[in-house]
Amino acid sequence: MDILLDIFASANFWAAAIRIATPLIFGVLGALICERAGVLNLGIEGIFVAGAMAGWLAVYLGAGLWGGVLIAALAGAMFGLLHAFLTVILGLSQHVSGIGITLLATSASYFTYRTTLPDVSSPPRIAPFQPIAVPGLSELPFIGPALFQQTLFTWLALALVAVVAFVLYRTPLGLAIRAVGDNPASVEAQGLSVRGLRIGAVVIGSALMALGGAFLTMSAFDAFFFGMVNGRGWICIALVVFASWQPGKALLGALLFGAFDAFQIRLQAEIGQVVPGQVFLMLPYLLSILALVLVARKADYPRALLQPWTKGQRH
Amino acid sequence: MGVPDHPNISKSEAQEPMTDPAILLSLSNITKRFGALVANDAISLDLRKGEILALLGENGAGKTTLMNILFGHYVQDEGTVRVRTNGGNMTALPPGSPGAALSAGVGMVHQHFTLAENLSGLDNIRLGTEPLLSLGRRATARTRIKSIIAESGLEVDLDRRVADLTVGEKQRIEILKALYRDARVLILDEPTAVLTPQEAEGLFVVLRRLAANGLGVIFISHKLGEVLAVSHRIMVLRGGKKAGELTTAEADRRSIADLMVGKAVAQVTRTPGRAGDPLLELDHVTLAKSGSRSAVADASFTLRAGEITGLAGVSGNGQAGIAAMLSGLAVPDTGIMRLFGAPVTRADPRRLVQQGVARMPEDRQHDGVVGTMSVADNIAIEEIRSPGFSRFGLLDNNAMRARAESAIAAYDVRCPGPDAEARLLSGGNVQKLILARVLEREPRIILANQPTRGLDIGAQAEVHRRILAARDRGAAVLVISEDLDELFALADRFLVIHAGDVVDAGPADALDRATIGLLMAGQSHTTEPLAQ
Repeated sequence: MDILLDIFASANFWAAAIRIATPLIFGVLGALICERAGVLNLGIEGIFVAGAMAGWLAVYLGAGLWGGVLIAALAGAMFGLLHAFLTVILGLSQHVSGIGITLLATSASYFTYRTTLPDVSSPPRIAPFQPIAVPGLSELPFIGPALFQQTLFTWLALALVAVVAFVLYRTPLGLAIRAVGDNPASVEAQGLSVRGLRIGAVVIGSALMALGGAFLTMSAFDAFFFGMVNGRGWICIALVVFASWQPGKALLGALLFGAFDAFQIRLQAEIGQVVPGQVFLMLPYLLSILALVLVARKADYPRALLQPWTKGQRH
Repeated sequence: MGVPDHPNISKSEAQEPMTDPAILLSLSNITKRFGALVANDAISLDLRKGEILALLGENGAGKTTLMNILFGHYVQDEGTVRVRTNGGNMTALPPGSPGAALSAGVGMVHQHFTLAENLSGLDNIRLGTEPLLSLGRRATARTRIKSIIAESGLEVDLDRRVADLTVGEKQRIEILKALYRDARVLILDEPTAVLTPQEAEGLFVVLRRLAANGLGVIFISHKLGEVLAVSHRIMVLRGGKKAGELTTAEADRRSIADLMVGKAVAQVTRTPGRAGDPLLELDHVTLAKSGSRSAVADASFTLRAGEITGLAGVSGNGQAGIAAMLSGLAVPDTGIMRLFGAPVTRADPRRLVQQGVARMPEDRQHDGVVGTMSVADNIAIEEIRSPGFSRFGLLDNNAMRARAESAIAAYDVRCPGPDAEARLLSGGNVQKLILARVLEREPRIILANQPTRGLDIGAQAEVHRRILAARDRGAAVLVISEDLDELFALADRFLVIHAGDVVDAGPADALDRATIGLLMAGQSHTTEPLAQ
């Protein structure tokens, strides 16, 4: 019991939870935008890798940190455009196209890394985003170190939650995106372009996914490793269902997952001698499956998710 | 009802169509082909201000195709669509652009609603009317929609999710969508197909009011009665061609029916049935609501050999529950269902079929066939374990093909052959395929759920003939239909279902439409006994 109390009472733990949640926030927002428009984007895992590699490489080659963020987003947008071409324009299976993009983006990233830096043995490092101590607030006991000593990259993720929620629920664009994921015919009958909306949503959503990857190499760590994304993209796909396609709940889901993960790391340090480490590694994933079972059975999927739209199709 | 005070209609006969200032919309020589099928063959049409024009025709006559071209969902192969602009000139609409049609003041209410169910009515109406990259004008939109509602009488709760609205309310949202965009031409595709008679009457009131305010309305239908009730002018399509055009005042049922069908179809005449032993009995059966299936509150009736029982009722009053029990997909929650004298306690469709129950499902394309499987597979599918079609667990494809070939010939299933995918068949041919599947086994009980919905008159007559022949052979038949004409053509006895309660209305010969209509509306016949 004391161990648990120690963990939960440490500001360090909460800071880690938010840090671990950050890439998931980007990823889950990106997946949410795609799916709200009716397109499942299983390319997310590969787009994470591409974002991680592209952002890091840009900074390494001298583009500057924010330049790296932009390059990562562009890399994601590019793969998003490919996915949109295959699924929205050609109407191919979203599952197949998404998995293909994950394989392609992952391999292309490793290939680029290897060919650009053929001679390095240990991964080169960059100067990553540094935690910003918000004056005054970061001095607060407990909350200060947990919340107000994060990097700007984390703040960007939190701000994007608000932006996505605002656009989705308060603007005509958000209205159209929610409509096109429920019934594309409603959008076409009102004179809007189903394809335009879907392509836009997939491209923007994929750019956000890539930022999730970039956070790993440019804020959480300072180098690019093989296998560093390690299923974070897939977790986001599950978190979207958990969040019922709502940005606020998506943030909550990402934070919960982050907390689980931070918790297992600390628990492992405390009682790792007694229980094998793999059990702890499993913990967050087990809990997310459990959460999904409880929540997803009643999930209100966007009705047009996975359905391609052909103009002038006979009903 | 006749033509109201409508000077434009009589005056316009003498004028050049294009110069008549009352003309809002003009289609000329529209032709559309789908492969070898000519869906529209050089059709021309004018619509005037304040006029309700009925576009009448059987399924497949080309009505919906024509309107989809007008609205820009389809691109015509030939011909032009012209609309009067605000400036007063007639301009051609670019083909294939719903956006252009909308901004030219053409609004369309589709048969299948084009609503996003996760949004409120208000948001559905606003959708696409405000710049995407702006903050939107929700409050202003609400004020304007409220005033349109007040003016038109289209009462509806704007803030509820569309998924929670009734079909009638969804339709009102669709009409409001068009009016909110200042539509001057309103097209309604089979608007009453989904409405109760009362809701339909309410719609007619609204349409007359809108027309009186200067809107031009095109009303697509295949129901003669409502066309005569609501329209000023009627245009009849048949087989993709214009078969005739007349004012409603000079029209009568007979003349329009001839125009629609083109030839006299041999009427199937029912000879009285000879009721035999009870084969299926329901005794105070109830079944809870499940999904979209409405509840059965109290059903007691008997199906007898050699007799056709018709179940009348407005759609959604419990028919689906009755059908589910007779199909072996559900068992009563309370009460007893006896099949050949033995109570049915377990939902077991396979056993039911083996005992001799034939099922013609309501949604034949969805529940009646597996679209991606072949005609031969679909014909054999219910008997796939019988020795005729499989041996030691392996399918006998030759036997299945042979059976399919004889069925295709005997039941006139129009298809490329036994290997054709079932989804490629038209509705009428799917129904013939199902008849071939279930009737060949000489079933003792037949459930025919909406057996001719959506079929043309020829296919209809064929289905009716087969059902009557099965009865004469001694089968007990339950026909569920929303079409009273069909029930009177087939049924020896009537049941009426309302809010899940089944009432026995007695022998068909002692009944008329009005009596059945009252029962369908839930009024019990306490004043005088109808049956026996």
